[in-house]
Amino acid sequence: MAATTLQEPPVTLELAREHGMTDEEYAWMVEKLGRTPTFTELGIYSVMWSEHCSYKNSIAVLKTLPREGDALLVGAGEENAGLVDIGDGLAVAFKIESHNHPSAVEPYQGAATGVGGIQRDIFTMGARPICSLNSLRFGPLDNPRVRYLFDGVVRGIGDYGNSFGVPTVAGEVYFDPSYEGNPLVNAMSVGVVKVGQTASAIATGVGNAVYIVGSATGRDGIHGATFASEEISEASEAKRPSVQVGDPFTEKLLLEATLEAIRAGVVVGIQDMGAAGLTCSSCEMSAKGGAGMELHVDRVPQREAGMTPYEIMLSESQERMLVVCKPEHEETLRAIFEKWDLHAARLGHVTDDGRVKVYWHGELVADVPAEHLVLGGGAPVYHRETRRPAYLDQTAAFNLATVPDLDVADAAPALLQLLGSPNIASKRWVFEQYDTMVRTNTVAGPGPSDAAVVRIKGSRKGLAVKTDCNGRYVYLNPRKGGQIAVAEAARNVVCAGGKPLAITNCLNFGNPYKPEVYWVFKEAVGGMGEACRALGTPVTGGNVSFYNENPTGAVFPTPTIGMLGLVEDVERHTTTAAFQAEGDAILLLSPAAWQHRNDLGGSEYLAALHGLTAGDAPHFVLDEEKAVQEALLGLIRAGLVRSAHDVSDGGLAVCLAESVIFSGALGADVALPALDGLRLDAVLFGEAQSRVVMTVAPGQVAAVQAALAGQPVAATPIGTVGAAGLRLRVGDTPVIDLAAVALREPYERAIPAAMGH
Amino acid sequence: MTFGVLVFPGSNCDHDAYHVTRHVLGQDTRFIWHKEERLGDVDVVIVPGGFSYGDYLRAGAIARFSPIMNDVVRFANEGGLVVGICNGFQVLCESGLLPGALLRNASLRFICKPVYLRTEQTDTPFTNALRPGQVIQVPIAHGEGNYYASEEVLDDLEANGQVVFRYSTADGAVTPEANPNGSARNIAGIVNARRNVLGMMPHPERCAEAILGSEDGLLIFRSLVNHVLGAAV
Repeated sequence: MAATTLQEPPVTLELAREHGMTDEEYAWMVEKLGRTPTFTELGIYSVMWSEHCSYKNSIAVLKTLPREGDALLVGAGEENAGLVDIGDGLAVAFKIESHNHPSAVEPYQGAATGVGGIQRDIFTMGARPICSLNSLRFGPLDNPRVRYLFDGVVRGIGDYGNSFGVPTVAGEVYFDPSYEGNPLVNAMSVGVVKVGQTASAIATGVGNAVYIVGSATGRDGIHGATFASEEISEASEAKRPSVQVGDPFTEKLLLEATLEAIRAGVVVGIQDMGAAGLTCSSCEMSAKGGAGMELHVDRVPQREAGMTPYEIMLSESQERMLVVCKPEHEETLRAIFEKWDLHAARLGHVTDDGRVKVYWHGELVADVPAEHLVLGGGAPVYHRETRRPAYLDQTAAFNLATVPDLDVADAAPALLQLLGSPNIASKRWVFEQYDTMVRTNTVAGPGPSDAAVVRIKGSRKGLAVKTDCNGRYVYLNPRKGGQIAVAEAARNVVCAGGKPLAITNCLNFGNPYKPEVYWVFKEAVGGMGEACRALGTPVTGGNVSFYNENPTGAVFPTPTIGMLGLVEDVERHTTTAAFQAEGDAILLLSPAAWQHRNDLGGSEYLAALHGLTAGDAPHFVLDEEKAVQEALLGLIRAGLVRSAHDVSDGGLAVCLAESVIFSGALGADVALPALDGLRLDAVLFGEAQSRVVMTVAPGQVAAVQAALAGQPVAATPIGTVGAAGLRLRVGDTPVIDLAAVALREPYERAIPAAMGH
Repeated sequence: MTFGVLVFPGSNCDHDAYHVTRHVLGQDTRFIWHKEERLGDVDVVIVPGGFSYGDYLRAGAIARFSPIMNDVVRFANEGGLVVGICNGFQVLCESGLLPGALLRNASLRFICKPVYLRTEQTDTPFTNALRPGQVIQVPIAHGEGNYYASEEVLDDLEANGQVVFRYSTADGAVTPEANPNGSARNIAGIVNARRNVLGMMPHPERCAEAILGSEDGLLIFRSLVNHVLGAAV
């Protein structure tokens, strides 16, 4: 045995500052411990009180979100992921999380481990992941560094998820200069578990054994959580060693072994090791159980020689779990992990003193009170200063009259240009690198559906899932933008045939110590909360990612919403955006009071054709939205809707063109009313919310109108499904006449061309 | 009849194959763990898709050394029916039951999408429910599906009628554009000379139910049932 005497540096305020702690936090730590901490203890405190683990600058605001609902089986933040009852004795665990900073310096591994981490959050609860989603943001693709990041992130997501064997079924990708240098990589996983067979992240039962299972521990990812809690800068490149390395094969084994152990009833509590690794899992499980732990970390299986307890406690090596197990079940637990060729090492046991005590070859190297370290316990909670950003005065002062309206002759070229904008263009280049079908549940995958639909085998039910956020809207009007993010995710789920049940969220913002950033954060969360209340979709949990800045400023505020919806009858209700039969009526479902508006605020049209990020976020009223969604879901459930596609980025013309692109030999003949004072560009490309284009069998238009009687919505006939291509008139004027092949060309070519394929 | 589905560490289409043979076709099916030494009493062995051993050395290269593979080779050599899908095809090539190898896709990227396959042979236990030249739509999902063999081996395969499926257009034209991964002669699936071992990169188990958009893949599993149970085609 090598020398076991440990030489640790003495802890000083200076050293604590280097660990990212404030002077005030250092003082609290010393006061609570009643002494100067050891080096290992300093490591533990600094990482547990990092923004990433403690939510110290966000938790006060997050608590304003609605977190109650009849179907919620665990509350937000209580477990590793939200858990929603979907009936038939089944529950769905789901969560979204960011991996932005790792992906900014090491895109492949950063994205891969983001996928791996979120899967563990799901299966540590006993749920088998059935699909993955993501939400990605990059700078413009003409920058070679951005192409490198985009390519690496997509490969990383694909290689990890494909090998792990969970289909990546939906997502979104946006490009905007604000994300240059600080891409956003948000990964979501959705799992299914039988009610009553879930596992909990808790340590209970004095004397119960504590095991570390899965991969061996290495030096990768040390201080990853701290790295995620500061701004990206040129120095960030040196943080590359903070990025973990993923092993999807081991994760697959860990999944099977974990579910087998939980099913075998030998797991008292279990938590995955993500941010802050063994430190976070041991402290959180202890605090949750009102217990403590004695851990002999020299027993941790190690990848490399000479690791210190500090490194072992802070390592973020992937594919590991901490398990609490009764002594009489230890043999079974070990046998299960041995079957799957995984480590299972007994580190110690559960105690009743509320302290996590770390030993190194018998020597006590850390002795900390678990409760003092965790969110909801003694971790700091800050209420930050806010200030309305000055830029909002400029963007709000935008006068649309300064932009000339489109000539009729320019309408078709404008449509083609929008279809070729990377924000609207097909993401086929991305999603064909993901296995979208493994496990054979994907009823509607990426492509012609507003949300993905996966069936649940052995049941009539399915899940409709979607990630969504238009960061430009949030930038222009944080409150309304936050509302729209929730509403659009819900609308997409409804268009696919699902009833929105609950959300998970990933809040990507800049530096919270900048009052303007914090004002935007509070406003956006406020808007999200309002929409969640109105639409009946409580927040089940998620993740906050601050410090998304590059040297030129913060990213667009991007509160990504992951929406979970339930499709009651997956065979009958699943609906896509593809037209189904020639002669079907095309209806525009909208609020009763209006169908079109002079509104180009925040539109892709202004951004892509005029280089403007200006105006207010588009028109949006929660009551209108709720009415439209309820009406559409009712019509779908009544079997009256053949296709549905919401009007979003690019407006009505892009919505129609996309359905034509998705529809093979079918197309659309559309006649809109004369402009009557409205702008042509606003009618075609405006993004006023709460509208859906749907098709209905010709004989059922009357039934649709009857079903909607008395509701504050209108279903206005605007055309007919016809031969391939899009032909659109406004009043008596032919405005667009484009063949399907002409529409497909820019839509399908834009991203492959930008990536050089 | 009984299907046996092998399970290697890293298999991830094992449950999908099981679902089709057990729940869609109603046949007895059981999983066979890779550490087993005997297949037991089965009529058909399915070597499923996935990433056995993470595909870390080379796809299928480690799985061939799993204890169960000795018995799979014995079973095949005695005329037993073996189907390798995707990673399973790679395992069968690595273990010498099928000729050739699967290289990285020509694009050097993983590709998941539905493709068209033209049926080249119908006198096999795997394709008796298909018509000669019938075009079926079946998804692929692989990073290493680029079929390679020497010209001599390819000529032999052609001469013996061992090429069972080729990538084609929707109307059956075998063109370079229809080839998703650079496979020699657009080859998507082959049988051994004795015609009792099939390897194919596309995933028939992913398109065996109408709700998933296509039932074309079911024809391959039906063919096996026809062959074993002697049912009318």
